[in-house]
Amino acid sequence: MADREMRAAYAQALVALAADDRRICVVEADLAKATGTGPFAKAYPDRFFNVGVAEANLVGVASGLAAVGKKPFAATFGCFASRRAYDQFFLSANYAGLSVTLVGTDPGVTAAFNGGTHMPLEDLALMRAVPGLTIVEPADPTAVEAAVREAAASDGCTYIRLQRKPAPDIYPAGEAFKAGKAKVLAEGGDVLLVALGALMVGEARKAALLLKAEGIEATVLDLYSLAPIDREAVLKYARLTGRVVSCENHRVTGGVGSAVAEILAEEGAPAKLRRIGAGADEFGEVGTQDWLAERFKLTAPHIAAAAKSMM
Amino acid sequence: MTKNVPETPASQAELKELAARALAVRKGCLESIASLGVGHIGGSMSVVEALVALYFRHMRLDPADAKAADRDLFVLSKGHAGPALYATLAQKGYLDRGLLPTLNKGGTRLPSHADRRLTPGVDMSTGSLGQGFSAASGMALGLKMDGPRPDGTMRRCWAIIGDGESDEGQVWEAAAFAAHYKLDNFIAFTDFNKYQIDGSTDEVMRLHDLVAKWEAFGWAALRVDGHDLAALDAAILKARGLKGKPVMIVLDTVKAKGIPAFEGKAESHNAPFGAAELAATLAALDAAAEKEAQHGR
Repeated sequence: MADREMRAAYAQALVALAADDRRICVVEADLAKATGTGPFAKAYPDRFFNVGVAEANLVGVASGLAAVGKKPFAATFGCFASRRAYDQFFLSANYAGLSVTLVGTDPGVTAAFNGGTHMPLEDLALMRAVPGLTIVEPADPTAVEAAVREAAASDGCTYIRLQRKPAPDIYPAGEAFKAGKAKVLAEGGDVLLVALGALMVGEARKAALLLKAEGIEATVLDLYSLAPIDREAVLKYARLTGRVVSCENHRVTGGVGSAVAEILAEEGAPAKLRRIGAGADEFGEVGTQDWLAERFKLTAPHIAAAAKSMM
Repeated sequence: MTKNVPETPASQAELKELAARALAVRKGCLESIASLGVGHIGGSMSVVEALVALYFRHMRLDPADAKAADRDLFVLSKGHAGPALYATLAQKGYLDRGLLPTLNKGGTRLPSHADRRLTPGVDMSTGSLGQGFSAASGMALGLKMDGPRPDGTMRRCWAIIGDGESDEGQVWEAAAFAAHYKLDNFIAFTDFNKYQIDGSTDEVMRLHDLVAKWEAFGWAALRVDGHDLAALDAAILKARGLKGKPVMIVLDTVKAKGIPAFEGKAESHNAPFGAAELAATLAALDAAAEKEAQHGR
């Protein structure tokens, strides 16, 4: 079976939820074609709103809808969702105590041909600084569906970091997910590969195979959510292996690597850490996704090399 | 359950009652600010009559049930006028008047900028300018999605923005949006008191013709003396009757209205205001009210 588009899973999950929940509505900012919410607009035209190219108002309108009891899902490119509408999401949605789901698409190098201007390598860092916000980056289409269901059921705000492109299925249909609960995709005693999102969970799994061929056993964790983060799972396998590689399609500051480092330091876990991600002083660039993944050393061979550097 | 609001202009007796409310709100607001010694006096004083016209005549509310499911909604997008809103809510019975002196003190339910999590009767948290107005447009849309009340009337969302706030791009994003979605249950006010923090609006960032700007964005726009309760009442009544588009009522106001030492001065935005200033202002307000009453006779 061909890989499913992540965005198709997003739209289908919303359509399915909206059938039973009149509160679900979708707000777009002239990127509905990119987000792929056309099926929702067709099924529920009276609950689909386009605010035009106006991301601040996108989040403002979504917050207003939430203030009158709706369950808005607002989406735009991750660069705009985070950098451009940050104060709106911070204050009108989160500070105000409302339940708004903001979806940032095209994370990190998946922004590809849109280039450095559109490449969110800092959205996780920004979002992690918002008190109480749930941050999810699903690793496959099934996880996308779960993330949408979880966000709709939540009383608080959620940031869903959504790779739009197709991704291979990892989980069986209907698999249950919970923010703060990582998935253990492989267990090994030599190194922990802790990853977030479809691209990096995929690369971490490939890296585990590369390492296995050399007799190195890796544990692979799909974090699913960065906030809350599964401290228990990170600690358990960090203590077991003594070596951790964090894998994120993001700058190494403020995201997965930083969150893992905080846990290790706070708990005094005896583990070394290598962080895979764009460099702290690097902006994004333009290119194919594959070229960019290599450019920022996000691929399996780099993850495996980082693991081996600690042996 | 809320009760319907009047469909006819306020009588002389009703206007007199509104004027008394405005005086009480002004005093309550200044007493709360004076209890701290500093605050947003200028932009609080300029919106008093608009708040009184809304809360005591034109908004459908039930103070006994701040979350009444059929209520109108109000967003103070210029959130720094919170002290005026709290004094109004206290007059209306949402809050114990005794809370007013807790303004901005640690642990208070009355923070400088309006906060929906803390204060009964506050529907949206505001303070980062432009955001409240944008959220208010979303609230108006949400109310439209829910359709009219059983009696056929539509729930409205009301909002007040500042003239300085009108520099914010998000105001104009929301303006385009509300007109595009024909949100005629959205009635907003611009408190055009002519001053922002760094000086007059003409010096800092010229606003040009506000009525023309709002009309160009697809709104109906009116302009009225924001301290003339009869004119204000008539304008709001007219706005309530307009269909097919949102309405902006530009209020010609005086910053720090009612405080002789600060009236019409940019410095009044956030200024020291203690016991001495309060005593002088209360005396001036009473004298002005007395004069008005004699003039009225």
